[in-house]
Amino acid sequence: MHEIFLDELKKLNTQFMEMGVQVNELIDKGTRSFVDHNKKMAQEMIEQDKIVAKEAITIEKKALDLMALQQPVATDFRVVISILKATTDLERIGENANSIAVETVRVKGNPRIPDVEEIISRMTHQVRTMLIKVLTAYVQDDEKTAREMLDGHADVHYDYRKARKMIIDGVKKDPNVAVASASYFVIIRLLERISDHIVNLASWVIYKSSGDLFELINSEKETSSEKEIKEEVPKKSKKTKKK
Amino acid sequence: MTNIMEAQNVKLSYGKFEALHGISLNFPEKQLTALIGPSGCGKSTFLRCLNRMNDDIDNINITGKILLEGKDIYRAKLDLVALRKKVGMVFQQPTPFPFPVYDNVAYGLRVAGVKDKQLIDQRVEESLKQAAIWDETKDNLQRNAQEFSGGQQQRICIARALAVRPEVVLLDEPTSALDPISSAEIEETLMGLKKKYTFIMVTHNLQQASRVSDQVAFLMDGELIESGPTEQMFLAPKKEITSNYLNGRFG
Ligand SMILES: Nc1ncnc2c1ncn2[C@@H]1O[C@H](COP(=O)(O)OP(=O)(O)O)[C@@H](O)[C@H]1O
Ligand SMILES: [Mg+2]
Repeated sequence: MHEIFLDELKKLNTQFMEMGVQVNELIDKGTRSFVDHNKKMAQEMIEQDKIVAKEAITIEKKALDLMALQQPVATDFRVVISILKATTDLERIGENANSIAVETVRVKGNPRIPDVEEIISRMTHQVRTMLIKVLTAYVQDDEKTAREMLDGHADVHYDYRKARKMIIDGVKKDPNVAVASASYFVIIRLLERISDHIVNLASWVIYKSSGDLFELINSEKETSSEKEIKEEVPKKSKKTKKK
Repeated sequence: MTNIMEAQNVKLSYGKFEALHGISLNFPEKQLTALIGPSGCGKSTFLRCLNRMNDDIDNINITGKILLEGKDIYRAKLDLVALRKKVGMVFQQPTPFPFPVYDNVAYGLRVAGVKDKQLIDQRVEESLKQAAIWDETKDNLQRNAQEFSGGQQQRICIARALAVRPEVVLLDEPTSALDPISSAEIEETLMGLKKKYTFIMVTHNLQQASRVSDQVAFLMDGELIESGPTEQMFLAPKKEITSNYLNGRFG
């Protein structure tokens, strides 16, 4: 009986990792298509995002079946629940990457600010490194690394603020970059959101191994005015342990 | 939160066989503690220690302390009748006596020497109500208790245990002989009574333990492996072996 559960769990973990790898590729493709003005790549990845969404549903269905039929408790329960929740964060990351690609299509042919694009590339590299790290921590049940990652997106926030300033200065210098700068704002915000979801993933790694539950960051829900205010002040860690 | 009972390093041997190897466990007042663990691990043995039901077994040897409201129940000169009035018991098989419902429930009171007919009437009704069996028995109080269904009989037994107003009620797999609906009714009855009484229940039904208990103690091979608040035990037990058992794996 339990063999079946372990077997299913193994499959679930493999699928989750596969989805993680795909999502990581999406982030790369999203910004690369933007920076390289590659409209074709952007369109391709919109297709890939659909595959990721399908994978997410497969994982969720399997996890829900396990919950209902095997009724796991204790450690087994946490393993299944964390995969269920982590899949949602992973899916959001994919969607955000996809939104970056959408900007490619919009900005094509307009004047740009190379320095900003360099920062965007750097932020992309940072979030991808974070994603690999959290996925590795996930499969290795590495609670320690996950805990370190709870506050680990400082670099991304730093670059986010730096990029913002650069964009504003850039528009002042040359109003022709206005169209591109609107996209830049969107993209750096999307990258920041991606990093928030990665931190959520780290929370699920911790929940899986310890049962400690953290307040998740829900950046998607912020209204734009809240966003403005927050963006002016350095972002503090929002992680508080739930009791 | 006060502990109404405390077991301290309880060891029990049947002849040369040591069935309990030193169990220490506190029972918070007005809570339901579930004792779980594989068959033969010593749950019933331990439960029976709590109101000295093991006393009459030959060659039995019990050491350690069991405190009820701070006093050791194994002390010399303890009044067994008074103890069993304070710590009642409900068994796995519904065991009503072969006489009317009314007399079943009144039994404990009569043993305790209560003669006041009005008081007995009142307690019988109250207890049957508390055990959620009043509606089904109020017009049949003179009917033989054994003529009721299994689930009804078990609730009559619970009413019988409650009639003497115990502090603690011990239940040894009270629903394992019942169908799911009767089991659910007993569970509901217990949930409703938790505010008034302290329950210590052995159960094989882990879902039942997670639904009704406040605290869970997991025993294996005569040892207490782990105990804690139910939520903690079912979400994040400290020991891997506990998680394994809860998920239907042994050893
Ligand atoms: N009266 C007895 N005489 C000798 N051994 C007993 C007696 N009652 C129980 N045992 C033994 O003690 C161990 C614990 O039994 P028990 O408390 O009934 O376990 P559980 O209720 O957890 O299934 C078992 O090995 C059982 O065989
Ligand atoms: Mg037993």
